Amino acid sequence: MDLNTEYDVVVIGSGLAGLTGANQLAKWGRRVLLLEQQPNLGGLAAWFRRRGGHVFDVSLHGFPFGMKKSCRKYWNQKITDSIIQLSRIRLDNPQFNITSSFELGDLTRLLIEHFRVPPEMVDRFFRRLKEMEFYSESSQTTRELLEESFPGRSDVHRLLMEPITYANGSTPEDPAITFGIVFSNFLNRGVYTFQGGTDNLVREMRLELENNGVHIRNRARAEKILVKQGKIAGITVGGQEIRCRAVLSNANLLHTILNLVGKEYFSPSYLDLAGSVRMSGSSCQVYLGIREGEEVPDFADLLFTSTLPHYDPAALSAKEVTSQSFSFYSPKIRPGHNRYTIVASSNARWDDWAHLSDEEYQADKQRLIGKTIANLERYLPGITDKIDHREAATPRTFARYTGHLLGASFGTKFEGLKVSQDISREIGGLFHTGSVGIIMSGWLGTVNYGVIVAHSLEVFLGSPSRGDQGGIHEI
Amino acid sequence: MTREEIIKLIFAIIAEIAPDEDLSHVAPDVPLREQLDLDSMDFLDIVMELRKRHGVEVPEADYPELVTLDKCVAYLGPKLKK
Repeated sequence: MDLNTEYDVVVIGSGLAGLTGANQLAKWGRRVLLLEQQPNLGGLAAWFRRRGGHVFDVSLHGFPFGMKKSCRKYWNQKITDSIIQLSRIRLDNPQFNITSSFELGDLTRLLIEHFRVPPEMVDRFFRRLKEMEFYSESSQTTRELLEESFPGRSDVHRLLMEPITYANGSTPEDPAITFGIVFSNFLNRGVYTFQGGTDNLVREMRLELENNGVHIRNRARAEKILVKQGKIAGITVGGQEIRCRAVLSNANLLHTILNLVGKEYFSPSYLDLAGSVRMSGSSCQVYLGIREGEEVPDFADLLFTSTLPHYDPAALSAKEVTSQSFSFYSPKIRPGHNRYTIVASSNARWDDWAHLSDEEYQADKQRLIGKTIANLERYLPGITDKIDHREAATPRTFARYTGHLLGASFGTKFEGLKVSQDISREIGGLFHTGSVGIIMSGWLGTVNYGVIVAHSLEVFLGSPSRGDQGGIHEI
Repeated sequence: MTREEIIKLIFAIIAEIAPDEDLSHVAPDVPLREQLDLDSMDFLDIVMELRKRHGVEVPEADYPELVTLDKCVAYLGPKLKK
């Protein structure tokens, strides 16, 4: 594709936030260039193919119903119509073994009938969650919220918290509102997925972007964001300079600040704030492909399994894996495709994997695969003989694929949201979107955050103050 | 613009954002979000549509001015007069 040398906006990175932001800006009539370093669009909404006819989805584990509304508003009806419910979420650990749709009604029933929690206590808790908003000022942690709502009930805390730890890497030390907002999103009608898989979704999104006039370039790694007199002047990619009025970075927040722009362009107070941003952790995954002609018994859509006696977020991320979530993909998820795949995910720490020798690294990956299959045998006896592809990803894999610091797979902790939002006050025309602040992470969070930031960027582009000295710095 | 015209314009936006909502019984002095199933993204959509369709810019600090229909009329009235 011939590229112009001038755009209104260059979007760096095509995660769901970058894709959605690019689409929104193009629909408003802006000239948009979208750059993606990988051959596929989607960022961590990733998939890959392997010999034997296997297609593996990396992060399509399940998202809230709200995705349906966001896809209708910010994408199109075809994408919206491919969203289907995953109704059997199973949790199995030494404290309980239950299956739920995680809808409000079903979870209420479970809490009252199975966990014997007084109905008024359940009701009070869910009402409390519903009232939580981003703007509700509160320093309460999730641990305090859970303890206050269900005193001494470590089993109930586990039921409510463990799936969220798997979903976004958050822990009981994170602010209660991050838990409240994310959990309420799931409670509102349960867990959903895309029929057709990640590849199909991203193909539809690409078509929509092209229809709206977005120029897309894959295998294009942005090298530098160019700043002149406190304002965006352009970017460089493949040694070529492209002029633009604004940049929407969907790259990792700290990579954007420190590497793409360079810290000399930011105020000391902003850099202090940025320096305090923690990542939400990383992941390991094991991808298992089932041989053609074999089936996997239909017993759950998602399985959260743990041998830990109690919920323990530090142990959940330990290298010696005790706790995993399994996503089961059947031909029901990919109509027309006759293969079953199973993806096991566990939370992981960069430091546990970063410094191994090649030999140790390969050996530890094989051990992880072995433990995962043994774990699965407890639920699906004989599954080992049906597997004809096995492969593992670690924090190193995530770091290599995304360029994220520390192989972050869930974005940043809560404080990252403010740093992401304030970046446009530092440099006129520079905006950041992507997985930040826990509440803006995950499939729904990033799609919505892409829109929120696209709106701010659109206001910037259209604002009469553009071209003024100082411009947005005065805010 | 008259009060009726402003309300009509707001309803036209909401009908697109939340097509399943019944707008026939919305009380003008009660927060919209208490009567309709609108979340904070829907609210941003209203702001974005006001900008796109009517060229009205609502800065974030003014979002509380759109909380009820009555407040919408008072706030948008001067901005919409041509």
